[in-house]
Amino acid sequence: MTSPETNRVNDFVIKIATVNGTGSASANTLLMKALFRMGIPVTGKNLFPSNIQGLPTWYEIRASRDGYNARTGRVDVMVAMNAQTYAQDLAEVSPGGYLIYDATWPRDAQLERDDIEIIGIPLAEMVNERFDKPRVRILMKNIAYVGALCGLMDIDLGIVRGLVEDTFSAKPGLIDSNMEAIELGFDHARKHFDCPLPVRAERMDASRGHVLIDGNQAAALGCVYAGATVGAWYPITPSTSLMDAFERFCGKFRRDPETGENRYCIVQAEDELAAAGMVIGANWAGARAFTPTSGPGISLMGEFLGFAYYTEIPAVFFDIQRVGPSTGMPTRTQQCDLIAAAYASHGDTRHPLLIPSDPAECFELSVTAFDLAERLQTPVFVLSDLDIGMNDWMVPELTWDDGYRPDRGKVLDAEALEKLDVFHRFADIDGDGIAYRTLPGSDPKGAYFVRGSGHNRYGGYTEDAEEYQDVVDRLLCKWQTARELVPAAKLTEADRPTGIGIVAFGSSHGAVGEALDRLAADGIHADYLRLRAFPFGEEVQRFLDDHETVFVVEQNRDAQMRSLLLLETEVERRKLVSILHYNGMPIPSDAVTERIREHVRREAAA
Amino acid sequence: MTWITKPKVDWAGQQRNPLGLTIRDYEGVMSTLCAGCGHDSVTAALVQAFWEMAIRPEQVIKLSGIGCSSKTPAYFLGGAHGFNSVHGRMPSIATGALAAHRDLIAVGISGDGDSLSIGMGQFAHAVRRNINVLYLIENNGVYGLTKGQFSASADCGSKSKRGVESRQQAIDPVATAITLGGSFAARSFSGDKKQLVPLIKAGLSHPGCAVIDVISPCVTFNDHEGSTKSYAFTRAHHEAVTEADLVEPAEAIETEYDWGDAVNVTVHDGSTIRFKKLEPDYDWSSRAGALQYLEHHRERGEVVTGLLYRDADQPDFHTIAKTAKQPLRDMEYEQLCPGSDALTSLQDRLR
Repeated sequence: MTSPETNRVNDFVIKIATVNGTGSASANTLLMKALFRMGIPVTGKNLFPSNIQGLPTWYEIRASRDGYNARTGRVDVMVAMNAQTYAQDLAEVSPGGYLIYDATWPRDAQLERDDIEIIGIPLAEMVNERFDKPRVRILMKNIAYVGALCGLMDIDLGIVRGLVEDTFSAKPGLIDSNMEAIELGFDHARKHFDCPLPVRAERMDASRGHVLIDGNQAAALGCVYAGATVGAWYPITPSTSLMDAFERFCGKFRRDPETGENRYCIVQAEDELAAAGMVIGANWAGARAFTPTSGPGISLMGEFLGFAYYTEIPAVFFDIQRVGPSTGMPTRTQQCDLIAAAYASHGDTRHPLLIPSDPAECFELSVTAFDLAERLQTPVFVLSDLDIGMNDWMVPELTWDDGYRPDRGKVLDAEALEKLDVFHRFADIDGDGIAYRTLPGSDPKGAYFVRGSGHNRYGGYTEDAEEYQDVVDRLLCKWQTARELVPAAKLTEADRPTGIGIVAFGSSHGAVGEALDRLAADGIHADYLRLRAFPFGEEVQRFLDDHETVFVVEQNRDAQMRSLLLLETEVERRKLVSILHYNGMPIPSDAVTERIREHVRREAAA
Repeated sequence: MTWITKPKVDWAGQQRNPLGLTIRDYEGVMSTLCAGCGHDSVTAALVQAFWEMAIRPEQVIKLSGIGCSSKTPAYFLGGAHGFNSVHGRMPSIATGALAAHRDLIAVGISGDGDSLSIGMGQFAHAVRRNINVLYLIENNGVYGLTKGQFSASADCGSKSKRGVESRQQAIDPVATAITLGGSFAARSFSGDKKQLVPLIKAGLSHPGCAVIDVISPCVTFNDHEGSTKSYAFTRAHHEAVTEADLVEPAEAIETEYDWGDAVNVTVHDGSTIRFKKLEPDYDWSSRAGALQYLEHHRERGEVVTGLLYRDADQPDFHTIAKTAKQPLRDMEYEQLCPGSDALTSLQDRLR
């Protein structure tokens, strides 16, 4: 219950229910960016259908003066623009909250709640009086609720105007019409209601030095900055926007203004199998190449992943995870491909996974993925998800070290080959399990034959027991090397010594961070280890050893990370307690807090 | 050890190409295919063509999928990088490799199982993407390594070694390539080196995807009576519709492409191959004409061979993609990274 004492200034959740294809996305972005420019930490979650037009869609904006960015179980202000979902939307408002609806039409009289305040604003009526074209009316109705919220919640109208001007700088005619619609909503709210509401915004200074960016854009930037030149892909939600962004950035930075020639090559493949093959072929030929995909794509790429593992060809695979199994829910989020990716393909195979927890880390780890893939000569996954990939997150501005140079790993050029008596592709000279490779088109002395069939250290075909085992044992040695090279897990220690540990990763990070504070306030202190990669480094084993109970927070039904920890570390099974969330919505912090609290109290009572 | 390197002996007076290399320099390891396999003759034709064209082995990438045909890249051009990929996926590897390095000379060796069943999709898309590859299908109508099942190119009515008749329709890779908008389609017979070598040269010189379907009999599983892919049947029924002459660079060539009676193909070494029409009623200038001719002869149980369709003006993969002339993989990092200032200004719109 939101009591009058609860301070809701810069601490609220606005949820907007609309119909997809009505321009609500621009209205919602406008709203979120306005809060951001007021200096308030903000995140947006787009909950959209797998559909082009006509189905319900929601957008959740959380403003948090404390900088929390996870979903919570709360809705303080509901903007109910979709009659189809009205009943559900009404039910979802937290006690003490507000519901804003389009009062042009009567509400369903059967539906009432006396623990919230209902605010009717005749949006359609006002907009229809002012605008003629049917399509414009639909769009402007959504822009008008932004105006109403500005009036009700003290969102700075000057900032909103600045944003509208930025958005439509190319079409100045639209600036005035949009502002008109915004003012309609604003004026009506100010005139008819007691503004501002207790749930409101106030300028602060916590978003300076930050940007609002989604993970797919950030990962695409990572590919550009890592020097990737070849991208092959098959369109699949929610990874498509990664390649779209790569193409946009390349068009900006890698196209010769005079000749129109591109210093990149993007291939839209016939399917994910072909996309994987193209990426492997390009990397083999010496380019940095990648493919963005999602769960179903990973299943299809399985054969090639094992091939690249065994033939030791670098490649970067972005898996923007969505809800499985099968087609699942393409526009909902999960962390459900851990095991599929870690052990993709038949036979003994294991692949490094890099797991970003926000868009800034998508940028950073994308670059790392290319370096690691070439250093280790193996496919490397960047395991993001829909929540990170397609939602706007507030993160520190991305920075770049101009001193960076790609790590191309062990590649022998013609000059280096000249000094060798003989070149053997799969011989481990340095004892780290990584052999030297050569690129086609350089020198006949470096020629070798790639084959997914049995081969010996010289690169020749073999069916000999010892020769076969020699190579796969070296791959195991390389796996040990990978353990030392992947990004280490990040430890956040509690204020005081504790036997409770929490392990989480990826997009669960925000929810766990908030839960730690809430639990500490209740006297439950926990150390927190955020995993950033597979294979696990020794710091992971140490953390598991050092804690009596370790909560493993993850967004899938089958506790896949817990399984990986059981398989790949020496941890005792009884220590690991799963906190699972897998309904497709980004994990809310309240659920994590409550379930850990409940478990700790139950154990204490036992 | 299950692979054998051929011993190489140099002797005075052996023939050398302009690079000073002997034909032996274009060979690979010893073939492990059955004695008499058509594929070995195709390998020999490839060796001959590359040697005569004086292509440096290291400029070449040789790629394949899975199957008997796909083993053969190991048997030629030991000095070239080879790539034995997964079943039916050679075209995607070739596409990626050529995307990274547009100047590599790519030869993809596939089979009827590899390209017309499991790899039909990738075959089709390599053709329509017009990647610059010599796409050679060693077509024997049968699965050899798994012991004699029909492939998708087995003719309806032909019989397996055990006497079972194929009742499904056959896929003709040449007609398929033409239908898909392919820019170069030819057919030959592994037993006709005189025809095959010039076709390989023309295919290697073609700026796009050059599909050559080579009927290459399987001596173990498909060389019996009732087979339409046997040596005997192919010898009796292959109908050459074009014939090739080598024109030395010194000879004047009046028209570059004259689709009336002959087409001249300029080869990498500067010489020209002139393909002449043997059938006066063959219209090789149009897809419809080529397809009609192929269909007419198929109905009569004849296997039409020769250069059957060519459109050298069709833009290739890199022309369409507007890729830089410099191979992408040879670009300096500085040409690719926009730098920190660009990143800062880019983020202005993210606030």
